[in-house]
Amino acid sequence: MNFLFEPLTIVTFFPLLGVLALLLINSEQKTAIRWTALVTALLAFVISLWAFFFSGQYDVAAPGLQLVAKYDWITVAGWNIRYYLAADGLSILLVLLTTFLTPIAILSTWTAIEERVKDFMIFFLMLEIGMTGVFLSQDLFLFYIFWEFTLVPMYFLIGIWGGPRRMYAAVKFFLYTMAGSILMLLAILWLGINLDTFAVPELIGKVPAAAQMLLFVAFTAAFAIKVPMWPLHSWLPDAHVEAPTAGSVILAGVLLKMGTYGFLRFNLPLFPEASIQAAPVIGALAVIGIIYGAAVSYAQKDVKKLVAYSSVSHLGFVMLGMFAMNSLGIQGAILQMINHGLSTGALFLLVGMIYEQTHTRELAVYGGLWKIMPVYGALTLIVTLSSMGLPGLNGFVGEFTILLGAWGAGSGSYGSVWFAALSAIGVILAAIYMLYMFQKMFLGPAGEITKHHPLHDLNWREIATLLPLLVFIFWIGLYPKPFFDLMSPTVDELVKLLSAAALR
Amino acid sequence: MTQNDFYVLLPVITLTIWATLLLLVDLFIPRERKGLTALLAAIGLTLTLFISLSQFGQQATAFNNMVVLDGFSVFLTALFLLIGLLGVTVAYSYIKRMGLERGEYYALLLFSVIGMILMAQASDLIVTFIALELLSIPLYVLAAIAYPKTDSEEAGIKYFLLGSFATGFIVYGIALIFGATGTTSLAGIITAIGVQTANLGLLLIGAGLLLVGFGFKVGAVPFHMWTPDVYQGTPTSVTAFMAAGAKVAGFAALLRVFALAFPLLAPQLAPVLIILSALSMLVGNLVAIAQTDIKRMLAYSSIAQAGYILMAFVPFGNANVQNLSISAALFYLVAYTLTSFGAWGITIALEKTDGQGLKIDDYAGLGRKHPLLAVAMTIFMLSLTGLPPTLGLVGKIYLFRAVMAGGYYYLAVLGVLTSLISAYYYLRVVVKMYMQDGDPQVTRETWLDLTIGAMAVLTVIVSFVPAPLFDWASRAVLALF
Repeated sequence: MNFLFEPLTIVTFFPLLGVLALLLINSEQKTAIRWTALVTALLAFVISLWAFFFSGQYDVAAPGLQLVAKYDWITVAGWNIRYYLAADGLSILLVLLTTFLTPIAILSTWTAIEERVKDFMIFFLMLEIGMTGVFLSQDLFLFYIFWEFTLVPMYFLIGIWGGPRRMYAAVKFFLYTMAGSILMLLAILWLGINLDTFAVPELIGKVPAAAQMLLFVAFTAAFAIKVPMWPLHSWLPDAHVEAPTAGSVILAGVLLKMGTYGFLRFNLPLFPEASIQAAPVIGALAVIGIIYGAAVSYAQKDVKKLVAYSSVSHLGFVMLGMFAMNSLGIQGAILQMINHGLSTGALFLLVGMIYEQTHTRELAVYGGLWKIMPVYGALTLIVTLSSMGLPGLNGFVGEFTILLGAWGAGSGSYGSVWFAALSAIGVILAAIYMLYMFQKMFLGPAGEITKHHPLHDLNWREIATLLPLLVFIFWIGLYPKPFFDLMSPTVDELVKLLSAAALR
Repeated sequence: MTQNDFYVLLPVITLTIWATLLLLVDLFIPRERKGLTALLAAIGLTLTLFISLSQFGQQATAFNNMVVLDGFSVFLTALFLLIGLLGVTVAYSYIKRMGLERGEYYALLLFSVIGMILMAQASDLIVTFIALELLSIPLYVLAAIAYPKTDSEEAGIKYFLLGSFATGFIVYGIALIFGATGTTSLAGIITAIGVQTANLGLLLIGAGLLLVGFGFKVGAVPFHMWTPDVYQGTPTSVTAFMAAGAKVAGFAALLRVFALAFPLLAPQLAPVLIILSALSMLVGNLVAIAQTDIKRMLAYSSIAQAGYILMAFVPFGNANVQNLSISAALFYLVAYTLTSFGAWGITIALEKTDGQGLKIDDYAGLGRKHPLLAVAMTIFMLSLTGLPPTLGLVGKIYLFRAVMAGGYYYLAVLGVLTSLISAYYYLRVVVKMYMQDGDPQVTRETWLDLTIGAMAVLTVIVSFVPAPLFDWASRAVLALF
C-alpha cells in the first residue's frame, strides 16, 4: 500500500477526501457544503505547492521525471500496466494551474449555484482528480483512464447546471471528445502490445519510424479535438455557452490544456519523426485557427461566445509555438497555456459575474457599464488587455516568445516565417475584438440593461475570486523568469530529442 | 461410473439433486411463504459454487471423454452459479409483486443453470446438444411464466419456436460433422483432421451450421431477430437471467468447440465471424438508438455486446492469440454479467405491476428522487459504453487487445466507432435521469437494492484491481484430452 503515501498520489487523490466528506453532509446545508469544497480545493493547492517546492523531493533545476511513484498495477496475463505517476517541468505547471483554478472556480459558484450544490461540488472535485491525474500519469493506460474520466463530471456539470440548451451541449461535448479518444485508445493498445510497455519514458525512442505516422494521427485525433484545433472546434462554443461559469473556467483553463499537454507529452517525444513531418500541416491549421477564431469572435453578439471563440485563436498560438519545435516556441507555448488559463479563466469569471445580475449576455443591451460598476470595469480592462497581449501583462510574454520561436524555426523547408507573419495578424485581430467587446459593454451610452436593471458593483467575494488571477497576470507579465526556469530543463530535453530525430 | 467421473461432474450432480428435491419440498411450502423456496435455491447455488471453486486448478476428463473439468469450465461454472444467484435475488420480490410467485420458478432456474454448467464442461457435441436443451427448455417455460399475459406467452412461444429452429441447425451440424469425421467427440474431431481422414468440405458445412445455432443463442446479427421481442415480453427478472445466462452459455459452447476442434478451419470461418461481429456491433448499436423502451434498448445493447465478444474471437485460429482471445472473452463475459444484471435490476425497480414504467422517458427525474439508483444506473451505462471508472472499459480494452494482436485492426476501429455510437443511447438514459424533471415510480426492495448496489460497487472496484480476474481468466485455458 506504499503507493498511497507517495506525494503525487496525495496530490492527485486528495480531493477524494473532500468528496467523502461531502457525502456525509446533508444536502440542505449549502454553506457547509461550499466551505468543505473550498477548503478541500485550497488544501489541494497547498499540497501541490508543498510537493513541488517545499517537500525537498523535487529539484526544479533538474531535467527528467521526478517524484516518481511507480508500482505494478496489472502485470498478469501478458499485461504490463503500471501505476506510474511522475512530474517534470511541464507537469508541475499544469498541475499547479489546475489546483490554483479549482478553488477560484468553486468560489465563483458561491451564489451562482443554488440548485443541488452538493452534487455540483462532488462532480467538481472529481473533475479535479481527473485533470491532475492526466497531467501526472506516465503510463499510457493510466493516462487514458484519467483522460476519459474527466469527461464524466464535466458532462454532468454542463448537463445539469448549464443554460437552456445544456443537454445538447453536454452530449455534443461528450461525443466529440470521445470520438477522438477512442482512436487514441487503439494507438495506445498498439504501443502496449508491440513494445510491451505502456510507460511513456520507456517508449521514447522505441517507436519504429514506419509506424509513427498512423499513431501520430490517432493521438492527434484525441488531442486536436480537445485543444480544439480548427476545424474540430465546433463543440467548444456550445459547451462554453451552456456551461455554468465555474465549468467554463475549468473547461477553458484546464481541460483544453489537456489537449496541448498531450501533444507535448506524447506526440512530440514518442513520434518525433512523424511530428516533424506533420509540423507544416499542424502549423497551417494553427494559423487558420488563430485567424478564424479571431474573426469569428468579432462577429459574436454573445459575450461568452466571443470569449469562447477567442480560445480557438489563443490555442492556435500554443499549437504554432509547439510545432515550431525549438526551445523558444515550446517554452512560449507552455507559458501561453498557463496565460490562457489565467486570462480566459478570468474573462469567463467576469462574464459570469455580470450574467448573475442581469441574466443576459447580449453585447447590445450593455453599454456604459463603467460608470455604474467602476471596479468591475477596471478589472475587466486589465484582463482584456492581458488577453490581447499588451506588453507588461502575461499574454504578451507568451505570444511574443511563440512568434520568436515560429520565426526562428523557418530555416528548413517548413515555412514558419510565413506562419509567424500571418499569426501576427491574429494579435492585431485580438486587439480588435477584445476592445470591441470592452467598448460595447463599458463605454458609450448606457444600454437597455444598464439603464433599467439595478446593478451593483463587485462585492468582496467576487474581488477575492479575481485577485489571485490578477497577481499572476502581472507577475508573468513583468517577471516571467521563474516560470521559464521551471519548464526549461524539460523543454531543453525535448528539443534535444527532436533535433536528434530531425537529423535521422 | 467411477469416482473420477463423479468428481468431474460434482457441481452438476449436486445441483441436479438439489433442484429435484427443491421441486418436492416446494410442494409442502405454503403459497404465502414461497420466499423459503428462493432461499433454498440460493443455498443450493452457493453450496455448488463452493464445490466448483474447490475444483479450481484441476484438470480431468470423465465419462469416456464426454465431459471435462478444466480452468475454462471452472471459471464459467462459477460464473453460471453467480448468474443463478443473481437470478434468484432479482426475482425474489419481483415475482411476488407481479403475482408470478410459483415454486417451480426457482426449480426451473436451477435446471437451466445445470444446463449452462454442462455446456461449459461438454467436450462431446452430443453433450453440448443435451446441455443446450437442458438450459433452453426451462428458459422457454420461464419466458412464458406470466401467462395469461399475452406478452409473456408470445415471448415464450417465439423463443421456443426460434430456439428449436436454431437447435435444428446445431443437430444438423453435428450430424454433418459426424459424417465428416466419424465422431462427435472434440478430441476425435481433432484427431480425424490431424490424420487427414476427415472430409473437410462436409466438416466446414457442419461447423457453419453450428455457428448459426450458437449465433442464435448469443444473439448475434443476423440471428438476433428474436432478442428484442423475447426480452421485452418476458417477465423482467427472467430477462435479466436470460440475458446473462443464455449468452454466456452460448459463448461457452462456441469458444470451446471452435477453439478446440476447428482452428484449422479458421481461414474459412474467420471471415464469417468477422461479418457476424461487425453486423452485430453495427446493427445492435444503431437500432438501439431508435428504441424508446428500456427493455428493447437493453436487448439491442446485448446484441452489440455479443458483437464485441465475437470480435475478440475472430483470431481463434492463430495459436499465439487464441488463449488471449478466450481469456478476453471470459473476462468480458464477467464484466457484462455484472453490468447487465445491474441494469436489468434497475429496470425491475422501475417497472410497475401494470407493466408501465418501462419507457426511457419514465427515468426522468430519477437522479433527484432516487440518487443512489441513478448513480448505479450511470455506472452501468458507463460500463456498457466502455468508459472509466468501470469494468466495461477494462473488459473492452482486453477485447481490443485480442483482436489487434490477431492483426484485425479494421475490426478494432469498427469496434471503437460503434462504441461511440453506443455512447449516444446510453447517455440518453443518463440525460433523462439527471437533466429532465419527472416523477419516477420506484419499488425499493431489499434484495433488489442489494443486488444493484453490489453490481455497481463491483463494476467500479474490480476496474481498479482487475489483476486477479485477469489472472484467473488467463489461466482458464482449455484442456484437451
